[in-house]
Amino acid sequence: MNDWSWDYVGDIMPKLLDGLWVTVQATLLGSVAAFALGLVWAIALRSPSRWVTWPVGALVEFVRNTPLLVQLFFLFFVLPGWGLSFGPLTTGVIGLGLHYSTYTAEVYRAGIDAVPRGQWEAATALSLPRGRTWVAVILPQAFRRVVPALGNYVIAMFKDTPMLSAITVGDMLFQANSIGATTFDYMEPITVVGVLFIVISYPTSVLLRVLERRLVR
Amino acid sequence: MTGPLWVLLLKGAWITVQLMLYSAALAAAVAFGIGLARTSRLWIVRFLSGVYVEFFRGTSALVLMFWLFFALPLLGWQLAGLWAGTLALGLSYGAYGSEVVRGALQSVPAAQREAAVALSFSPWQRLRKVILPQAVPEMMPPFNNLLIELLKGTALASLLSIGELTFEAKLARLSTGESAQVYGIILVMYFVIAFVVTRVMRLLERRAKASVGQASLAGGGHR
Repeated sequence: MNDWSWDYVGDIMPKLLDGLWVTVQATLLGSVAAFALGLVWAIALRSPSRWVTWPVGALVEFVRNTPLLVQLFFLFFVLPGWGLSFGPLTTGVIGLGLHYSTYTAEVYRAGIDAVPRGQWEAATALSLPRGRTWVAVILPQAFRRVVPALGNYVIAMFKDTPMLSAITVGDMLFQANSIGATTFDYMEPITVVGVLFIVISYPTSVLLRVLERRLVR
Repeated sequence: MTGPLWVLLLKGAWITVQLMLYSAALAAAVAFGIGLARTSRLWIVRFLSGVYVEFFRGTSALVLMFWLFFALPLLGWQLAGLWAGTLALGLSYGAYGSEVVRGALQSVPAAQREAAVALSFSPWQRLRKVILPQAVPEMMPPFNNLLIELLKGTALASLLSIGELTFEAKLARLSTGESAQVYGIILVMYFVIAFVVTRVMRLLERRAKASVGQASLAGGGHR
């Protein structure tokens, strides 16, 4: 039994904040990747050709129904064998982005479905080319419905970044573990990491709820 | 991949399924308990259950698992890995599940509750005979999603050296060096488990709907 030591917390704080910065980087880069890739899947799934929708649909289902941690291991251990060597953080961002893109694709799908059919018909009537229909008519209307849901996935991704520590990314959990391994005292580092997660994710989710009320009438 | 390695992976898959079932049982208990508490008349009960939900939704399941496994023993409670995993997954997914329960309870029309009151049902009968049978079918599709999330979450337990699928895959990888093959195989195994879970949940949903006379459309109707 040992007592909580604020001195110890003070000593380890710089390392944990370094970890926090890595965590934030992974979340932001992962989000950008997930937003972009998800849009690709969503648009591909609307393709009239079955040769596009079937493989993309199967890939999306497969990635969504299997654990992110195993996908990370797969990328981390297998990609170098194919001649694609990335650093751990890049591998982690690819994994996060790919995994969450299967969720954002679903969000975009719902957002696109919510655009009234008359908008498509109007675009056809004006004989807008397909690319311009998407960029100028459909997506701008879909986006405002989509923002709050995307935000929720950013928070979810933030809470999943500790998994990157398993592929040696120096995130918060990784730092906490390495501190614990040298001092044999895990209590303070892991507790502080847990508290930091709540301190960041709770206010963010409250903000998102406010945003949601603004955007979706 | 040789015979013994397949046995290793199948054993791991069995532990994964067990871990999922234990955590799901705990999560279901938490979800119903907290979900009901959040519709309580007493503000203090609503407040405390709200704090529970925000706490466990706010933190990361993996950090919680590590805390239970590495930090809790320093307070004098040593948990076996499997129980630390079960507890962390059950408590966090229970928090997500309680939101589903709350939403489904609130979606039952108020007139149903009033009718039960008018027929002088006791609060327990009201819940058991009127509210829950109508709310449960609503809960099934989101519960299915959560169960898949929970299944994926069990992989985290491998980081506590619990011998589930992902952990055994690591051993298999170390002994054969065939990373692509080993991880490819277990990804498919997870996918198969998820597929079976989804089928079972659809069946349960259809049963729950049929029991309150909402027969789903012929052939399952919606997907």
